[in-house]
Amino acid sequence: MSLLRLVWVGYVMQVRLRSRSAFDGALSIIWPLFFATTAFLVVRQSGDSDALVATAVGASVMGVWSSTSTTSASSMQQERRLGTLELLVAAPAPFALVMIPLTLAMATIGAYSMAATLIWGRVLFGIDVPIASPAVMAVAVPITVASVGMLGFLLSMASVRYRNAWALGNATEYPIWLICGFLVPLSALPGWVHPISWALAPTWGVEAIRAASTGGSPWPDLARCLALGVAYAAVGAILARVVLRSARQHASLALS
Amino acid sequence: MRDLRRTYVAHTGVLRRSRKLVDAVQGITFDVEAGELFGLLGPNGAGKTTTIKMLITLLLPSGGSARVLGHDVVTDPRAVRRRVGYVFGGDRGLYDRLSAWDNLRYFAELYGVPPREQRARIGELVEKVGLTGRERERVEGFSRGMRQRLHIARGMLHRPDVLFLDEPTIGIDPVGARELRATVAELVAGGTTVVLTTHYMFEADQLCDRIAVIAGGRIVASGTPTELKRLAVGGRVVEIDVFGAADDRLSAVRAVPGVQTVTVEVRGAAQVLAVRTDAADVTPEVLRCLDGLPLGRVANREPTLEDAYIELVGSV
Repeated sequence: MSLLRLVWVGYVMQVRLRSRSAFDGALSIIWPLFFATTAFLVVRQSGDSDALVATAVGASVMGVWSSTSTTSASSMQQERRLGTLELLVAAPAPFALVMIPLTLAMATIGAYSMAATLIWGRVLFGIDVPIASPAVMAVAVPITVASVGMLGFLLSMASVRYRNAWALGNATEYPIWLICGFLVPLSALPGWVHPISWALAPTWGVEAIRAASTGGSPWPDLARCLALGVAYAAVGAILARVVLRSARQHASLALS
Repeated sequence: MRDLRRTYVAHTGVLRRSRKLVDAVQGITFDVEAGELFGLLGPNGAGKTTTIKMLITLLLPSGGSARVLGHDVVTDPRAVRRRVGYVFGGDRGLYDRLSAWDNLRYFAELYGVPPREQRARIGELVEKVGLTGRERERVEGFSRGMRQRLHIARGMLHRPDVLFLDEPTIGIDPVGARELRATVAELVAGGTTVVLTTHYMFEADQLCDRIAVIAGGRIVASGTPTELKRLAVGGRVVEIDVFGAADDRLSAVRAVPGVQTVTVEVRGAAQVLAVRTDAADVTPEVLRCLDGLPLGRVANREPTLEDAYIELVGSV
């Protein structure tokens, strides 16, 4: 119970902390819109309305991943600069449970852009994304967002150990869009990429949301997405101990 | 703490990378008694902060061992973290965009303050550090003194048995620093053990029960402030304000029998000579060496902790 409370309070504080800058907030919404617009313009040429809907859903999840990947890595550097990373480590709370709320908060803020992208697509491009089952959608979206947050958590561990690993977040942003089939179907990717796609929760999350929108069954995809999210959390928790010990060994928790 | 060591590895170069080892702490041994206020003094880069960071489990020692309240800092870090607090000086260490209250609430959760006690505890600390009425404001609008007081409150949230204060008064105004020293003294009176690092000698002199002077990663002296003053300096100090004393005059002063050291501090147009002697009164002989030069104040005084510090650190 107290651990759940720790995660909840950490989550609330991190959302509060990271949603207070109007510039950051606007950027996290506007940034994915440019890419979504490009995708809409390209796919519209095909005249395939189903592909356009699939692209709209994929583009909306892009923002969640962008926010999580770029900020989960850079936020560690920000914590380091603020001098709070050392205080988080010096706290008796398990470090993994300190970090998980942080990346979950990032994914949640990214979810703002999900809504913004869908509205943008509807207003400017007339893409009407159907929601066959709002209840199922209400389950699929949070699970996808949470699983993306866990992938960000895994990524953030590298930034705890290495001061310059924040660049990793930027480096993974676009490849994940592609590999997870946000904008192009997985079948269009080379066969050797598929195992990588399957190991990534966003692949299944976006498929589940598409299924929830068109009336298909999202449950198998959602179960895979959730299982991967839990696996990332477990691996991240183990990694947190290893990484933290290494950071204490190599004195990388502070800026100098 | 026994023979505690810490070596950093620094890399230089891009294509031909070379590895350089920096021994920041080179075998430090000391004990701090429960309820004591123990000071660590030393110049920048002496190893004070590294020592503290090893004690609060942020750094792993390269050698030796350290225990805090019986818990080993390497093998039992969680137990150490539950019972120690850490406060450092400067602007960092707080979430600027959160209010003071939210900062304390977050850290209360991280440090395991029971939920039912959090509100009362935060309120009590806000009042103690003089931030009542400002606790709902964002920290980004706080002065450095207010931030520092908030730091102290954060460090005390979980009622640590040992509080580590790393240059807590750095950069804050004299009134703020005095209030902070009063808070620290109050904590010690309440039974908290405090380990303090500072550059301010009067602060160490006023607050510390015992002091260890660190230079070059080693302890060069330790004891009570009074013991340190005697240990390093002994005798007396003659302070003379003089105008236009050339090197030959200063050499003559240094050559006076009984004079141990002469330090010169330039204050405006005046040179302030601090002449340390081995107890004999050499004032007439020293004044004879400065004959013909305009003089200001001439004073005999007891050696201060600063005299002792300069001598101890200067001899390394």
